[in-house]
Amino acid sequence: MTIHNGRGFACINYPIGMNLGGDPSQALVHSTPDGKFKVSLSSIDLGQGMKSVTRQIASETLGVPVGDVYVDTADSDTGPHCMGSFASRGTHRVGNAVIRAATEARKALLEAAAEELEVNASDLDTDGTGNIHVKGAPSRSITVADTAIAAQFKQGRTLSGRGIFLIPPSEADPDTGEMSPVSCFAHAAVIVDVSVDDETGEVEVTGINSAYEVGRALNPKLVEQQLVGGAWMGVSHALYETTEPYYPAREHGPEDFNSYLMPGPAEVVPHNIAVLERPAEDAPFGGKGPGEMCANPLLPAIANGVFDAVGVRCDELPITPEKVLRGIQQNGGAKPQNGLV
Amino acid sequence: MSSIEFRKDLFADERDDDLKEIGKPTIRQDILGHVTGRSPYYDDHLFDGLLHLKCLRSPHHHAKIRSIDTGEAERMPGVKRIIKPQDVPHNLNTLLSLINFGRDDEAMLQGNKVSYIGEPVVAVVAETELQARKAVKAVRVEYEVLPHVLDPEEAMKPEAPVVNEVYPNNTFDYHELYDHQKLRFGDTERAFQAADNIVEGRYQLSPIEQAPTETCGAIAAPETNDRYVCYTGTQALFFSLGTTAKLLDMASSRLHFVGGTVGGGFGGKVDSLHEPLAVLGAHLTGQPVKYVFDRQEEMQVGAPRGAERWYIKDGVMNDGQIVARQFTGVFDAGAYSRLSPYAIIKATGHLPGPYTIPNVSSNVYCVYTNRTPATAMRGFGITAVDFSIEAHMDKVATHLGMNPIELRIRNSYRDGDMKAHRRLAKNTALIECCQVAAQKAGVRLSPEFANDSSLKGGGIGSRIEIPETVTDDVGKIGDRRRSNTPIHPFEGAGHKGKVAAGTRGEQVIAAPAQDHEMVIEPGRDGYRGPSNGSGPLPPDETQPSAPMEPQSQPPVVQTPLPATQSPQPPQIAQTPTPAPQPEPYKPDKLFDRGLKRPGASRFISGSRRR
Repeated sequence: MTIHNGRGFACINYPIGMNLGGDPSQALVHSTPDGKFKVSLSSIDLGQGMKSVTRQIASETLGVPVGDVYVDTADSDTGPHCMGSFASRGTHRVGNAVIRAATEARKALLEAAAEELEVNASDLDTDGTGNIHVKGAPSRSITVADTAIAAQFKQGRTLSGRGIFLIPPSEADPDTGEMSPVSCFAHAAVIVDVSVDDETGEVEVTGINSAYEVGRALNPKLVEQQLVGGAWMGVSHALYETTEPYYPAREHGPEDFNSYLMPGPAEVVPHNIAVLERPAEDAPFGGKGPGEMCANPLLPAIANGVFDAVGVRCDELPITPEKVLRGIQQNGGAKPQNGLV
Repeated sequence: MSSIEFRKDLFADERDDDLKEIGKPTIRQDILGHVTGRSPYYDDHLFDGLLHLKCLRSPHHHAKIRSIDTGEAERMPGVKRIIKPQDVPHNLNTLLSLINFGRDDEAMLQGNKVSYIGEPVVAVVAETELQARKAVKAVRVEYEVLPHVLDPEEAMKPEAPVVNEVYPNNTFDYHELYDHQKLRFGDTERAFQAADNIVEGRYQLSPIEQAPTETCGAIAAPETNDRYVCYTGTQALFFSLGTTAKLLDMASSRLHFVGGTVGGGFGGKVDSLHEPLAVLGAHLTGQPVKYVFDRQEEMQVGAPRGAERWYIKDGVMNDGQIVARQFTGVFDAGAYSRLSPYAIIKATGHLPGPYTIPNVSSNVYCVYTNRTPATAMRGFGITAVDFSIEAHMDKVATHLGMNPIELRIRNSYRDGDMKAHRRLAKNTALIECCQVAAQKAGVRLSPEFANDSSLKGGGIGSRIEIPETVTDDVGKIGDRRRSNTPIHPFEGAGHKGKVAAGTRGEQVIAAPAQDHEMVIEPGRDGYRGPSNGSGPLPPDETQPSAPMEPQSQPPVVQTPLPATQSPQPPQIAQTPTPAPQPEPYKPDKLFDRGLKRPGASRFISGSRRR
């Protein structure tokens, strides 16, 4: 028995949003009497951090502290329409809708402050900590709270905004496949280290080095959470998971987590990540969705790593010990390649 | 140990990194609830008199339903109502009818013919889950078993049984014209003849379960105002609401859907199977009804990431340039469409991967088989083809004896390149990802590739051109039902057409804001434009007759790294130093409390800032 080490590489890009458009999302923003802001969405936070990212986007756009913004989601009576949380569209589509709604609310806020300060709204700016001041004359200022009170109880203004973002629907050409499929792409490249046991056929991923380009890390901790978890999901897809182990035969389908194989805590792989940020023009502050794409490059990289280790091409997923062993037998033994060192 | 670094040095001149909140690791608004177990899930909504719904499911891959006898089940203890197919007001739907895509092809409860193991036939609503399960076992259904087909390529043959009567050829109808989606760019057949090497491969991905901790489910309850409230774990609130309104033939204004914390989605909570049946149960019984998958149903009845089979054929020159790439994709949709036909359009737009290849063709099929319908999952439409492309790239590299990373950079798409779907590439960063990943793993690239850039070398010469394109009309709807027809592009083509070089339609871009008040000021959006040193990229309307000049970009300097992993931050790929930015405005006195105005209300509930 020998353990063979191998290295596999793969790189990918990933389209953001429903690919032929027609998937609008809306947002409403309004101020409470004392200058806190509510963002109303019907969008769903699946745990990926939609609430947090839209909150930060609203805070940045309004120019108020993030603690003064609260995001309410997932209610069809209070939140305007959103297509849903899928297709890596949350950050891009909903984020853009929130920018528009928060921009309109900000303009109302600055106009109300301008009336109080007796200046032009265009001469005002926010400092992000709860104050509005005259550009270049910071002593001439008013708090956001005082502005909201004045606007709603003295001036009769609403500090609110509406936002929608839509890429209009389009078609693919039947003969050439011509289409306008996406707004922007995220990118990734990974190198995985694997070890393959030529007696059992077992594959272990021992390390991942990766570079993920996400437009802009709107919240670096949320990006990290997605990339670490997503890459691990990719490892799981490559080596373990399927509902039909002998596809296209339907037999032996797992019915619970005892038979549906997934990696456990012992299989957590050390993962060294570099995040690149090339902002996309039409994305909110340049941010693309990192959530979906981060799993994808792991699948081929692991298959390529297995080939590097023992010379077996596993072109059918998942890469089970059975497939690896059959491949080694067919080749008359392990054939280490040492292609990527 | 794992680590993360943010390479702020790369593309630094395209970003404004001096934003106040964006880019900060602000703690999540909902995290305390999550980590203390107090965030409410749909299943935390408690109701007096909550009823439970369970489905009787097909034990056969494919069978005609001769009769359904619910007499015994109806008399069982606790049973409130048995919902039969004829109780569903509008018992035919397809998920994407909400965006006008595809024909209605799936019943909520199937009364005529079941087409996969697990397809629901009747639903039992009872006081307890156990009573519902027992009553399901007491329902008698007489089936006439039909021949079935499980392999999608078998399903495309003339003799294959018809899985889905709405698509009697076992393939989705594209554009009312073909039984697959075509992509044609240039002339792959001619390019294969001129290529030094041909590399072929076949790839298969089996179905994968989204495997959420919380299985799919919903609770619906009647409200006093002739409305129904529905608490759900859906990923797409209005998708589920719209689907319910349609199946139940009910005004959407009578539905109040509330989502919230979701115990894992990953694409498996889009299909909206639970909300309509729970609301119908509440409607028919006048009581709150819960319908939730058990784990077995989640694993085998809940829609997985579908199986995909891809064939790739590459024409490659000895120097590593890929001159032609041909795909054949076979998506196994299972018995009904759900989201599969749309995934195929997305996959087609993604071809040939992140590479600039002058000749590309593909045929991609959405095929119906007698298995659980497939749906969305993380990487929808892309995961399997990316596996195929990248496993294939490795084969090409082995075939040529090339470094696999250098092969990718050699063929990488770059800013300004024409893509096979006839739109220009922009905002590309594949090369930089390859370089940084190599560096982190201590893999040495030769200087030509280590110093390359996505900003260089693209959008010039033939890279920007749309070539004259050869087309064919093989695979018209129904052809395959009449006789065996090859599945690969151009195979069996008697007649070929030509599309003139440069032919392209209009780029579709986002609808503009309806009001200028909604447009963020350019200086506040954090975006500084593409850094090509000569102004922004030309708009995508650029015609091939006006090729772009090579971009004048200072060469990227790269310091080779030792082959071992260095704990120090890698010092590579210096982008040109951005022009010094003006100091951001800083007030000389922070947090002015504002003006005091007589008469202004001091009604405030929050903390005041000083």
